Amino acid sequence: MSKLTISLSPHVHSGDSVSRNMYGVILALIPALIASLWFFGLGSAIVLATSVVACVFFEWAITRFILRRDTLTITDGSAILTGLLLGFNLPSNLPLWIIIIGALVAIGIGKMTFGGLGQNPFNPALAGRIFLLISFPVQMTSWPVSGQMGYIDAETAATPLAIMKNAIKEGNSELLDKLPSSIDMLIGQTGGSLGEISALALLLGGCYMLWKRIITWHIPVSIILTVFILAGIMHLSNPVYADPFQVILSGGLMLGAIFMATDYVTSPMTGRGQIIYGISIGVLTVLIRAFGAYPEGMSFAIFIMNGFTPLINHYVKPRRFGETAK
Amino acid sequence: MNYLKILLNGIIKENPTFVLLLGMCPTLGTTSSAINGMSMGLATMAVLIFSNLIISLIKSLVPDMVRIPCYIVVIASLVTLLQMIMQAYTPEVYASLGLFIPLIVVNCIILGRAEAFAAKRGPVESIFDGIGIGLGFTIALTLLGAIRELLGTGRIFGLELYSENYGMLLFVLAPGAFIALGYLIAVVKKVAKI
Repeated sequence: MSKLTISLSPHVHSGDSVSRNMYGVILALIPALIASLWFFGLGSAIVLATSVVACVFFEWAITRFILRRDTLTITDGSAILTGLLLGFNLPSNLPLWIIIIGALVAIGIGKMTFGGLGQNPFNPALAGRIFLLISFPVQMTSWPVSGQMGYIDAETAATPLAIMKNAIKEGNSELLDKLPSSIDMLIGQTGGSLGEISALALLLGGCYMLWKRIITWHIPVSIILTVFILAGIMHLSNPVYADPFQVILSGGLMLGAIFMATDYVTSPMTGRGQIIYGISIGVLTVLIRAFGAYPEGMSFAIFIMNGFTPLINHYVKPRRFGETAK
Repeated sequence: MNYLKILLNGIIKENPTFVLLLGMCPTLGTTSSAINGMSMGLATMAVLIFSNLIISLIKSLVPDMVRIPCYIVVIASLVTLLQMIMQAYTPEVYASLGLFIPLIVVNCIILGRAEAFAAKRGPVESIFDGIGIGLGFTIALTLLGAIRELLGTGRIFGLELYSENYGMLLFVLAPGAFIALGYLIAVVKKVAKI
């Protein structure tokens, strides 16, 4: 006779788990990984490997020696994912010690200080990237030209975003002629951080995550649409602002919208909340890119809205069954 | 009451920065280097000792209803004196601390100690409390300033420990102050078991 199991609901479980979702996202990052290896070669491999290894090591060391927990959290994939995303946000010729500091900040300050996965108010990989961007502005903003396979002494060039910023500053729309074509930017024939250059590969990963229902459409679509519409209005009113197609293909927008902003822990829970969150990120990104001190505003925009997420969750709650509209 | 106990109380048990979390504005604003933090702490300590002394002397003369304005007048006069003295004898420190010196008037540590201690105790005890709290504040600010200076520029009190190229600029800026203070408080609580 089989034993009768008495348990609380739910009785039927789909088998969904944290690690399954994390490895799903990592799988979705593979096209962008291949693109980054294709365009930056050895540099990309060194940066990504250092970042992932350092993140996993710090997660293990902090849980083991500072928090003194026995549970092994490094196998759930979240530290690997943080390491990958952090590496994607860095230039391919960054010195190794800077990457290790970034990993320590991402895991140590961004995540474990607050108690580990699920309790961090800010996206850990973004915390690492922003820390490095403010701390080491020179090293973090010299991006090698794509198509160079080496790690050191790579030739650097202005990114599309720097060209756009310069055009706005000078008030001269002819400077925008230096921008690479939209097709080049879609594929990734341009300068920039490791993983952000190829919009096509990132979109491919995004489609995979939508198909596997790892993320919903709300956040990426609302961010990209908001940026497109706002940039379009600005482009029509004054040609020094770049073409909206090039705006959405440039910089970390695709990487941020698809992979960073959709982090479960730091984004709102309901669909409506996610749309508010996405639209705010889009507006902030366009404003920072056009009027801020930095050429790229995506990481700051996501970081700011991470801070607003508890507030959005507080005000945008799903209506309870049976409750009527006021 | 034991004078040593009052002194240690200000440094450890009621440390204004690590335990009471008072005076956060100068704590975060002036600690970009160890020397700045130490000067700010010493300036505050000087005002605190004299304000505690004067307030404990005049406490029976001041009507209860207007005690806060009276204390503020005392503190503001002392800060004005200090500001003029610093301008005359230590112009470099005066220039680097800038607006934070007149802001000592509204530092809640000073008014807090006037209310909580000097208004109830004798003049000698109040002086010791001023020294204790002032030392606690100075130690905390110097420590925070040293950590930020070391991480941000690779120096402590201007002494180069490693190249500035390896310094993390964020620690010299405002966010670094918050991050460093948070971790410092955590470490102090863990070590001192407060």
